[in-house]
Amino acid sequence: MKRFLAFVKKEFLHIFRDYRTLIILFALPAAQILIFGYAVRTDITNAGIAILDNAHDEVSSELALKLEASEFFTIKAYLTSYDEIDAAFKKGKIEEVVIFPEDLAARLQREGNATVSIIADGSEPNTASLVTGYTTAILNDYSASLLQRLNTSTPVINPEVRMYFNPNLKSHFMFVPGVITLILILVCALMTSVTIVREKEFGTMEVLLVSPLKPWQIIVGKVAPYFFLSLINVIVILLMAWFVFGLPVRGSIALLIAECMLYILMALSLGILISTLVNKMENAIIVSFIGLMLPTLLLSGFIFPIENMPKGYDYFSMILPARWFVEIIRSVMIKGAGFVYVWKETLILAVMTLFFIVLSARKFKVRLEEGSK
Amino acid sequence: MEREKVIEVEGLVKKFGSFVANDHLTFDVFRGEIFGFLGANGAGKTTAIRILCGLSRPTSGKVIVAGIDANRPEEIKKRIGYMSQRFSLYDDLTVRENIELYGGIYGMTMKEIRPRTEELLNRLIFSQYGNTLIGSLPLGIKQKLAFAVAVFHDPEIVFLDEPTSGVDPITRRQFWEMIYETAARDITVFVTTHYMDEAEYCDRVTIMNEGRIVALDTPSALREKYDSSSIEELFVKIARPKTETA
Amino acid sequence: MRRLWFLLKKEFRQIVRNPFMLRAIIMVPLLQMLLLVPAVTFQIKSLDLAVMDNDHSPASRELLAKLSGSSFFTVTSTPADYKQAEKLLYSGDADIVLIIPDDFSEGLAGVTTPRLQVLADAVNATNAMLGWSYLTSIVFDFNRDILINQGMTPSAIKGISTSPRFWYNPTLNYKYYMLPGILVILIIAIGLMLSGLNLVKEMEIGTLEQINVTPIKRWELIASKVIPFFILGLFDLALGLSVGWIAFNIPFEGSLLLFFACSAIFLVAVLGLALFFSTMASNRQQYLFVAFFFTMVFVLMSGIFTPSESMPQWAQQFNLVNPVAYMIRINRMVMLKGSGFYDIARDMAALSLLAVAFISFAIMAYRKRA
Repeated sequence: MKRFLAFVKKEFLHIFRDYRTLIILFALPAAQILIFGYAVRTDITNAGIAILDNAHDEVSSELALKLEASEFFTIKAYLTSYDEIDAAFKKGKIEEVVIFPEDLAARLQREGNATVSIIADGSEPNTASLVTGYTTAILNDYSASLLQRLNTSTPVINPEVRMYFNPNLKSHFMFVPGVITLILILVCALMTSVTIVREKEFGTMEVLLVSPLKPWQIIVGKVAPYFFLSLINVIVILLMAWFVFGLPVRGSIALLIAECMLYILMALSLGILISTLVNKMENAIIVSFIGLMLPTLLLSGFIFPIENMPKGYDYFSMILPARWFVEIIRSVMIKGAGFVYVWKETLILAVMTLFFIVLSARKFKVRLEEGSK
Repeated sequence: MEREKVIEVEGLVKKFGSFVANDHLTFDVFRGEIFGFLGANGAGKTTAIRILCGLSRPTSGKVIVAGIDANRPEEIKKRIGYMSQRFSLYDDLTVRENIELYGGIYGMTMKEIRPRTEELLNRLIFSQYGNTLIGSLPLGIKQKLAFAVAVFHDPEIVFLDEPTSGVDPITRRQFWEMIYETAARDITVFVTTHYMDEAEYCDRVTIMNEGRIVALDTPSALREKYDSSSIEELFVKIARPKTETA
Repeated sequence: MRRLWFLLKKEFRQIVRNPFMLRAIIMVPLLQMLLLVPAVTFQIKSLDLAVMDNDHSPASRELLAKLSGSSFFTVTSTPADYKQAEKLLYSGDADIVLIIPDDFSEGLAGVTTPRLQVLADAVNATNAMLGWSYLTSIVFDFNRDILINQGMTPSAIKGISTSPRFWYNPTLNYKYYMLPGILVILIIAIGLMLSGLNLVKEMEIGTLEQINVTPIKRWELIASKVIPFFILGLFDLALGLSVGWIAFNIPFEGSLLLFFACSAIFLVAVLGLALFFSTMASNRQQYLFVAFFFTMVFVLMSGIFTPSESMPQWAQQFNLVNPVAYMIRINRMVMLKGSGFYDIARDMAALSLLAVAFISFAIMAYRKRA
């Protein structure tokens, strides 16, 4: 036992003496939080729009005012002809052009219906759909108010909405919990696999294996510092999220931490598994980075909702542990859900972890038995 | 007849801050010699060799290697060969590819390289391994190959930094045979080692201690001078480490 | 010059000898293109709608029918009470819940005010807002129908209608948007990760010392490390582009020459960064961390997933020195909008400046080190 502790101590010292790595280990989550909180956003604020007003009547000016008043839009230009639209888009400052037809007010009066054209810059589809969505909503709102002006006894339905969990509609409520997923997979799986493979490459693994330390002790010793660091990371992220964004932990903190620990364990065992499969550091990086990082970033539902993906991705993402953890963490943190809502996902993660551990143990044993290299 | 000097060192001083690593070294090396450089770790051997190879510059003093002043290291590099302590051949390239690389780096054309490679492989009785990856060869063979590559381009001087570390006695013997052959071709061999028996194989030997040269002569002359039966014995006599543990 | 040739031969041989590396360079672009591009979209396929109908009138049923008929909503459940409805939001089984009060039809008849209550899962705020927006459109249409049935003349029912059009990407195909971004990630992986690791590896293993003793000049060494990955990067770019074109019919409106010219400049900038970072790391693990950190930051901030124009001021300032931001912008403009040289001239100039700057820093740092 004493030997084991000495070994663990050495591993800790190893990491803590490596200033550069340590700094990055903590700078990474901090940077990510800031980025996902402030920079990578899907909300629209002050999107630039342009107005092509061919009507110049009271309806068009009322509508323009409504658009300008909205926090979503800022009118950046008043165009004078249709031909100017392409150039305006190409310059890149305008997301949408709203065109009021010549006889807007008159048409409305006569036929009750008038068409306002909206042209959006489709090269940024997300912005385009949001911007047109909000514009349509504003136009609809205006139409409803027109109806009401007619006759107060006309039944006009005014639906009311209550936005659950995220009343201010901030996109970082969706993203920031996912940051934990990404950071943990990075630190645990990638770094663990690289560290262990490094020892393999330099032959120091052999030295360890010949020592009185048992193989499981070596692995646990190697992995322990990262477990510890990851826990600290999680706490740092949660604190930052709270203090910087006011992102709450609505559910039980104990449950959250417990789930995080499970996930950390899963990522570590995955890292160990990877290290048994490759012999060179570059390869460990390729497998971890390409094989793990990108799918986690893009396919787990962290940024892009799985429901939006084509059929089949839903099933594919089931093998990604990150997918389950993203759900868990959103439910517990943002929705405040209790264990009863996430037991299924938790079970899946636990099974995966077990699977990785058993597989790694098996592979490790094989290596030992057939000698080294 | 005066022998040609390939290395002239006079009053070489190398300081790192206030620490003096090389303290007024003076020695000459003649063409075709096997010159041994002995000393404890930290004595200043590596520092001196790095200056001679053009890897660093002297703080003061005269250093001329292969006729070039040490303040023009780029020119020196073209005329010398080097075999480093840490390994120098690429594991993931074949024997032929490694030879080709270094040959090309030293300015040989493919036309020159190819025949000479075959000749070298034949001489070492190694032709069938020409296309084997270095990584799969045993250490002894790798060391010999590294040496062969170091002299492939016919340099004037070849510097060997602890070339036989970790190698079995038979391979060591073969290695020294290669060194003899090389010297016979008029290539000067400058070798550092801390195997004391290898000192006996050299034409002349220098012993460094704490940055200074404390002995410089042929092995037999040194043994006589210090009344020792082996270099090892006289080394212990004259090259005491800096801090003596009580 | 000849020395460089021998060095390059060696570098390429080493790359080819590592099967993993080969697979990474060829398979990865293919896989990424095929797998990731279709997935990365914010476009909503359909939302899960739960409806709690307390009215049970023909009107409410008609509204329900209208909602089911919309391609945007899928009615997945009909909760019996408020608590159950809320539970659906917590469990994620419903994205939106519509509650029709028991006096709905009376409200429509003008006896009371017709109300509707909507509960939305706003964790995904975009979905919530768009869902809400679509819902109100459908309700408004429904309202209109009711009024017409009640005898109002259509012309008396004032309303503005609109149907948005999307230029450059009429079907709002996210692939068009994301593909340039994924291509850029590819280039960075090769240009920053692999090249830098290669450089640091040589240092770590000790072969660098041997190189130092040879007549090889420093610039030759650097060039030999950088050129192979430059070539590979461009190769991968071409490969990825072809795959995107064949598999997804990505349009390519602008000039291919311009595109590759800018990509080449970008690669130089990235390789310069790799060089610079390699002077800061003493082993591959450290390099990995440093390179990864900066990759993440640059890529995420670049506007790859979300437009950089809607980022806060400080982020936009940062992007002035972010080569990835320029590349993404140029990519999209040239590929999708067909922007010409003059449109991207400023971006291209800025990118070139960055490339020169990074390479200079790298060379300075390298000199200091050795």
